[in-house]
Amino acid sequence: MKVEQISIFLENRAGRLEEVTRILAENQVSIRALSLADTSDFGILRLIVSDHEKAKATLKENGFTVGRTSVVAVEVDDQPGGLHAILQILSAGGVNVEYMYAFVQQSSKTAIIVFRFDKTDQAIELLGNKGFRIIPGSELYNL
Amino acid sequence: MIYDVDLETLPREDLEALQLSRLKALVARAHANVGFYRQKFDEMGVAPSDIRSLADLKLLPFTEKQDLRNHYPFGLFAVPKENVVRIHASSGTTGKSTVVGYTRRDVRNWARIMARCFMAAGASSRDIIHNAYGYGLFTGGLGAHYGAEELGATIVPVSGGGTKRQVMLLKDFGPTVICSTPSYALVLHEAALEAGFDIKDLPLKIGIFGAEPWTEEMRRDIEDKMGITALDIYGLSEIMGPGVGIECSVAQKGLHIMEDHFLVEIIDPDTLEVLPQGEVGELVITTLTKEAQPLIRYRTRDMTRLNVVPCRCGRTFARMHRVMGRSDDMLIIRGVNVFPSQIESILLETEGLAPHYLLVVKREGNLDTLEVRVEVDEKLFSDEIKNLQRIEGKIVKNIKDYLGVTAMVKLVEPRAIQRSEGKVQRILDLRKQH
Repeated sequence: MKVEQISIFLENRAGRLEEVTRILAENQVSIRALSLADTSDFGILRLIVSDHEKAKATLKENGFTVGRTSVVAVEVDDQPGGLHAILQILSAGGVNVEYMYAFVQQSSKTAIIVFRFDKTDQAIELLGNKGFRIIPGSELYNL
Repeated sequence: MIYDVDLETLPREDLEALQLSRLKALVARAHANVGFYRQKFDEMGVAPSDIRSLADLKLLPFTEKQDLRNHYPFGLFAVPKENVVRIHASSGTTGKSTVVGYTRRDVRNWARIMARCFMAAGASSRDIIHNAYGYGLFTGGLGAHYGAEELGATIVPVSGGGTKRQVMLLKDFGPTVICSTPSYALVLHEAALEAGFDIKDLPLKIGIFGAEPWTEEMRRDIEDKMGITALDIYGLSEIMGPGVGIECSVAQKGLHIMEDHFLVEIIDPDTLEVLPQGEVGELVITTLTKEAQPLIRYRTRDMTRLNVVPCRCGRTFARMHRVMGRSDDMLIIRGVNVFPSQIESILLETEGLAPHYLLVVKREGNLDTLEVRVEVDEKLFSDEIKNLQRIEGKIVKNIKDYLGVTAMVKLVEPRAIQRSEGKVQRILDLRKQH
């Protein structure tokens, strides 16, 4: 039920992000979702892509430091209170959100939220019990 | 195994008697044949006949690197040029290069000394030795080369550079011993992984590393990653080249100095006084047997200490602690002495950090600033900002705690720091350009 996300260490200087997108484009890897966390010196680019094995390998070949993390993608109604309903359940269950990012699907009434939890398995169970749909990796990679 | 049992295990008393007779002969030779020394002796009012015991060494003048430069290229030779069979020269990274000459006997002695070193490292005539020290004017390549042949081992004269080819030869030839700089060994390890294999799985078992300062932590890192015994070798071109001292594989604790050829002292680099046994100071070497270019009390600028306690391996030669730093490599940051090797130790102690770093020193206003650039490899990387910032904070704190200096730490992408194939550039001092 988990989704593989790759993360890339980037120095905070012009052209580094562009280098990543160039490598992915040249290798026919599509980006499904992304988020960029940054400080004054460096940033961490987190990506969900169509082929994480290939993305990781080609980025490494080009000298980038690449990590891999399991995250959870949850489908939520695209309406007021949608995200709040999820966070209430997690908060009551004692699960902490390390980071998250969201995107809205085309021609759909739902949004997808990508979470990194401190207790991943517990979070999946809590949300599953309450009827939330956890989107499998295979579905997300091929969106 | 000991290559030269008679000499390497000589009782200290007999060793000192041998050193004294050699010292007397050396001083007489230098005085008779080298104008520089004759003049110095005269200025100080000392004659060769004044040397009656090893303690009289302190009556003699020091020799400095600058003296070699002042007499560039052949001004310190003690023999006619036709007796010189080889010339080496230093890279001259800190000024004009220094030249060294060797007679036929000097070259032979050097080969035997290096053969002793290989055996002390645990090698024998059955080994294949991959020699990644540069061949040429630099003493490393040829020094190790002739020592390996003297031992009867198989030498692979790879020289420096061409990392991909080196990695291929390591795999195809299956050497059991490698000679290189310690940082280059780590480069080879990485390159092998990129080529799809692990040096750990190869027959390689011994690494003889020198030509740049390194640390105990780096030794452990190399030994873990490559599955070998890593030994420190010491030498400097002015004195001979590699082989002045080496660690034995038995104790791996201190470098045995080839004391029948090199007479060593430890001095205070400021007062120039000889320090008592066991204290840390600058290593000073007198070449007892060199013919072409004998040096008296040569100031190495390397900081270390000596230990004369007999070693488990049976050798009686004094052992020097691995070089702790160089008096002229030392950075002074807001009045605090900082050696790159100290920063390296701190980085290695901070969990998971690869020893690839660069120290950048700048002057902002009237204040010196130290920036430590550390490469982020996969072991260190996290997809959470707070983890990376925690590591940055930990390094800053450790540097402050251990060295008393406030440093800025900057995490950088791998290979952002210039990776050289010879000596590693660890310091970028931008103060000198203003």
